[in-house]
Amino acid sequence: MSRPRPFSPSPGTRPFWEATAEGRFLFQRCGACGAAIFYPRPACTSCGGDDLRWEQASGAATVHTFSIARRPTHPKFTGDEPYVVAIVELAEGPHVTTNIVGCDPDDVHIGMAVSLVFDDVGPDGFALPLFQPA
Amino acid sequence: MSLRGAAAVVGVAELKPSRWTDGVTTLDLFTKVGLQAVADAGLQLSDIDGVIAHPMAGLPMLVPSTIIESMGLRCSFAETVDLGGATGAAMVWRAAAAIAAGQCQAVLCVTASRRQRPNPDRKRAGGTSGVGGKDTSAWAEFEVPFGNVGANIGYAMIANRYLHEQSATPEQLAKIAVHQRDNACMNPDAWFYGEPITVQDVLSSPMVADPLHLLEIVMPAAGGAALVVVSPELARSLNRPAAWLLGAGECTTHKTITYAPSLMDTAIRPAADRAFAQAGITRSQVGLASLYDCYTITVLVTLEEAGFCGRGEGGRFVEEHDLRWNGDFPLNTHGGQLSFSQPGLAGGMSHVTEAVRQVQQRGGDRQVKDLSFAFVNGNGGIMSEECALVLGVEP
Repeated sequence: MSRPRPFSPSPGTRPFWEATAEGRFLFQRCGACGAAIFYPRPACTSCGGDDLRWEQASGAATVHTFSIARRPTHPKFTGDEPYVVAIVELAEGPHVTTNIVGCDPDDVHIGMAVSLVFDDVGPDGFALPLFQPA
Repeated sequence: MSLRGAAAVVGVAELKPSRWTDGVTTLDLFTKVGLQAVADAGLQLSDIDGVIAHPMAGLPMLVPSTIIESMGLRCSFAETVDLGGATGAAMVWRAAAAIAAGQCQAVLCVTASRRQRPNPDRKRAGGTSGVGGKDTSAWAEFEVPFGNVGANIGYAMIANRYLHEQSATPEQLAKIAVHQRDNACMNPDAWFYGEPITVQDVLSSPMVADPLHLLEIVMPAAGGAALVVVSPELARSLNRPAAWLLGAGECTTHKTITYAPSLMDTAIRPAADRAFAQAGITRSQVGLASLYDCYTITVLVTLEEAGFCGRGEGGRFVEEHDLRWNGDFPLNTHGGQLSFSQPGLAGGMSHVTEAVRQVQQRGGDRQVKDLSFAFVNGNGGIMSEECALVLGVEP
């Protein structure tokens, strides 16, 4: 896949993307209320606190929902269809948009246990977090 | 302050949807349909003292003043609404609120969308909505690289979750598209006028994003829709049927579906509850449901979340009711966007303009009989922005 890449992250999300090069998936933990937050925000979405600390996800997740794209949803995905776009729920709680790889799209189901796998580090120095059957 | 009876819609206009609008600017469409709505309301341009429009490609900023200048208006209220498919419905109650506050008396609410033929000489930037790599929004970083782009995939994920938690058959979902198509066959302005379909046609159409078939998905078009909201005094002086605003509600919780608080407990519910509470009517008094229908699943979920049936009962509700203009639960009598087409934000507005026409008894061959109340739901993004209206024949 020649995916569109996040080659110019914003200052607030750069730590997340830099960690992907080391195979780590970071989310934010609110120091005030303990909420787990993804994607990276300037402040806690539960209490508004700004004491957010990076925490590494275990990589365990379940498929919350998904669909099989039978037609490309973006020009750069042309030729890659069918592919699975999914929302997974990390073991730590947050929902993440991703692709389910490493299996037949027709085998994906809601509630399926999946685990984190990164694609190759690109010329931008980042890797995209994908998930495969656990 | 309640919005009940605070204002009425007295005129509507709609441009017949088309595939392309070559040589026409967005401003041309805003102006054309806006003038038609003012004329339909029986008003002069000098009567209009408010404008609500929306930003869009080709006219991203300073929208109201551009339209005011183009139409030769002088306004004490000028506003944009940016709520996706809920924009049209959301304009109506904002206009009513401005009128109730005494700031204006006649507000033109206008939506328009042009579609230019793709230019092969222009380097493709990666889609029509600017989904290139230069945008540094969270969407560009956390959605686009995974193909969570456009509405099909988002609503397909909602549908799959619905079918996991509840149950509905493909035939039940397909029936929504079929009956709305029957309605469109009563509407010469509908894109698919004269082209009835069957449940089998829907289910044998290509799968685009599981579980959504092609005929369960709106077709984008160009067009425009506008209406005029006026004060109670002005509405009465016009001596013609009006669609009175009786209640409105709105709720927005997210932009991208991944970050919705829940895929099942949606923002539709609080918006609808507020609208019905203001109007002081029950769901069973609604004679026309004009529900945003970008997909069949959107209608099914809205039937439940707006309270026309219980959670998980949508499939059976659809099966047990006749959804056509002359049926026992008239739904999207203009064909819905599924059969009328989706001319940008004018697609969402079409649910309002049709409800107004019906309440004004101007539904022609598809007029709903004995109609007292219409319910409208506007839905933007991926069930992101929700706006509900109750309209009635009396204030």
